[in-house]
Amino acid sequence: MIVDAVTLLLVSKINYWIYIVLMMLGLYAMMTKKNLVKKIIGMNILQTAVILFFISISAKNNATIPIIEHGQTSSHSGVQAVDYINPLPHVLMLTAIVVAVATLGVALALVIKLFNQYGTLEEDEIIARLEE
Amino acid sequence: MIWQIELIILIAVVICGIGAIAVRDLLGAAILFGAYSFMMCLLWAIMGAVDVAFTEASVGAGVSTVLFVATVFRTSRRTKD
Repeated sequence: MIVDAVTLLLVSKINYWIYIVLMMLGLYAMMTKKNLVKKIIGMNILQTAVILFFISISAKNNATIPIIEHGQTSSHSGVQAVDYINPLPHVLMLTAIVVAVATLGVALALVIKLFNQYGTLEEDEIIARLEE
Repeated sequence: MIWQIELIILIAVVICGIGAIAVRDLLGAAILFGAYSFMMCLLWAIMGAVDVAFTEASVGAGVSTVLFVATVFRTSRRTKD
């Protein structure tokens, strides 16, 4: 009984556990890594973890992808929403992916300018150069 | 949604993410991040989000990896952590 409940919690909700792991991995990289490119990789992992959470919300068992075939709407029973995966989080996360790439481009451009100015990618060395 | 394939790909995602953060070479980190993005793309194709999957494959894995590799070639591969 308890074993069944634990198995249900661990296996059927595995997406959410992995979401927590990936989000904390990204936060760890952003906070503790000294290298600026490593920090940006951590930021991207955090963003994809959030996208994983939203896509996991929309997933259903025994449902198909949300495309209605031609002629299906005129059938007797009509379209049942329970047969299709919820497409609204997909559309929201499509926007989030584009925003992620835009922030990545701006961040890497800033990193290149910092490297041209200070000659290093390490955050502590840049701070030491600023203080001298 | 086949849970065995999903479990294998979720484990591969975590391994690629840890590798991208832990490896002491920025070019290797960029390539591992590309592998991470492709694993995410496979995961979303399995979960039925096909539009998100191909956007991630082209924009996330393709363009992000190209930007990282270009940055590494314009700066340095050296990293301390």
